Amino acid sequence: MEITNKEVWVFIEQRSGVPADVSLELLSKGRKLADTLQGELKALILGHNVQSIAEKAFTYGVDEAIVIDALALEHYRTAPYSRLVSNLILERNPRILLFGATVIGRDLAPYVASKTKSGLTADCTDLKIEDVVYLKKSYPQLLLQIRPAFGGNIIATIITPDTVTQMATVREGVMEMHKADSPKPFKVESIPYEADPIDEIVQIIEQHREENKVNLKSAPIIVAGGYGLSTKDNFKLVKELAHLLGGEFAGSRAAVDAGFVTPERQVGQTGVTVRPKLYIAIGISGAIQHRAGMQESQKIIAINSDPDAPIFSIAHYGIVGDASDVLPKLIEAYKNKLK
Amino acid sequence: MWHSIVLVKQVPDTANISGKVMKEDGTVNRAKLPAIFNHEDKVALELALRLKDTYGGKVTAITMGPQRASDILRECLYMGADQVFLISDRKFAGADTLATSYVLSEAIKKIGEFHFVFAGRQAIDGDTAQVGPQTAEKLGIPQITYAEEILDLSDSKITVKRKIDGGQEILQSQIPVLITVIKDAVTPRPFSAKRVMAYKGAKALPDLEKMVEGNSLLYMDKLLEEYKERNLFIPTLTTDDLDVEVERCGLSGSPTKVHNVESVVLASGSHKKIEPNKDGLTQLIVELMNDHIIG
Repeated sequence: MEITNKEVWVFIEQRSGVPADVSLELLSKGRKLADTLQGELKALILGHNVQSIAEKAFTYGVDEAIVIDALALEHYRTAPYSRLVSNLILERNPRILLFGATVIGRDLAPYVASKTKSGLTADCTDLKIEDVVYLKKSYPQLLLQIRPAFGGNIIATIITPDTVTQMATVREGVMEMHKADSPKPFKVESIPYEADPIDEIVQIIEQHREENKVNLKSAPIIVAGGYGLSTKDNFKLVKELAHLLGGEFAGSRAAVDAGFVTPERQVGQTGVTVRPKLYIAIGISGAIQHRAGMQESQKIIAINSDPDAPIFSIAHYGIVGDASDVLPKLIEAYKNKLK
Repeated sequence: MWHSIVLVKQVPDTANISGKVMKEDGTVNRAKLPAIFNHEDKVALELALRLKDTYGGKVTAITMGPQRASDILRECLYMGADQVFLISDRKFAGADTLATSYVLSEAIKKIGEFHFVFAGRQAIDGDTAQVGPQTAEKLGIPQITYAEEILDLSDSKITVKRKIDGGQEILQSQIPVLITVIKDAVTPRPFSAKRVMAYKGAKALPDLEKMVEGNSLLYMDKLLEEYKERNLFIPTLTTDDLDVEVERCGLSGSPTKVHNVESVVLASGSHKKIEPNKDGLTQLIVELMNDHIIG
């Protein structure tokens, strides 16, 4: 298989004229990957009236935007989006295609990967370009798709050596968003939308969104609880401390599964990735999936009854003790200092 | 008559994994792990059963996996599935989501006419959420992912409420359609005691093979006939039964390869120990305030 194309594409997810944060984060990462490959970074934008989105993409280092603009594409639907993206991939053979691991990305990416017989790795926590020897064969400049797997006890590096386009999804917040130092001149390739009856196979009857009230990503202080809290009542202490410190409360996946917190407050590989000034992990053992979502916090306090819990290995302050005992004391100590 | 096919998976209980269960090629030796019914697939089965309760029809559950995956097929029977199939062959081993979807789609075609394919949104061992959409693509049918509720079913259309980022939407799809289901959609019903009694002895082909292996008095042909007669045979589909290209199955049909696996080694922490008493905690608060971490 002769690979000549070195383009890195990012699927830009948008709603009502605003690009998703994760897409801009992926452009920032995509710029680095494209530089390593010495190839171009392209933003793939489908929607209606998306000119301003294309302009915004350029501030994140895009070389060119590929735009399909049509009323039929105003709201995401699997059929037209997957058809158009797949056709473009098969026609242009980009080397890399990245999607945000959002509901849309997780609906679209696998369908496209199947259609184009590409490999796809979900929820990567890191992406790198490296020369690889696999089964005694050399593959120059492959995309290393790195993610925790199997309960977080291993970190797997996945490659797709024999597919033309290497695809991956990444959760919001995992890659850092930064603007390009010197943006490239605005250059858009507009592709006309040609309707296909298949596009109308599923219709949107109604759509309803609420502004996301929870914004963990921008909270300076996060107090997170895990399964170790045992009860919902204990979790109230987590909320109380968060409120007192002027921060947000959050939970590990186990806390979400146990019903202590709602999924939008889940920190970790399959939740949100955060980098607050202070992260307090209470009753969280610290599996790699959770650490992947918070280890870059400035200061980490771990409270756990198990002195061998992995969370202590990345903590700056460690408190061994039961949350139901430690938390009231901590809340009390803080209140006393405020007086 | 409405026919739903539900894709179910037996998954390793990922809370209990150690380096000992990894094989040299980087894949997991599932035989060494405790195995459970992937919860979201159970929810998908429940949704299919409720669709049947309301609109009539038939529910078929299928799984691709090794011999012991027949455990969850028996559980499907206990819950109320009308028929189950095990898709099992050594050549299917090591499949990634694409190779899995390929085999599942071929099995579905073999099973016959259907209106709905249900599946859990994702399985807890990989969390990829890819097999549903990829099976839909291979079957050439539309998909509705992240489904929460079925609102209506008419002659040619199904209306489904699904979750989207920050909200919900209602979609109306033509039939057939593949629907992936999130865990909060419905609560799976308990096993029916009557059905447990009826089906606890149900066996798939690899189960019978194992019985024969361990007992020289048993003969495969006779055993198979006996189980079929007693209506306790779980039909098993292998490469011989499906119109599959073998190179598109299993490891060889998987574009994603595991290049490297690292066990997570934790550096011993250099954190500061805080005593969980008034003095220790006050000291911590003071330190954080001095560093302007908290106000």
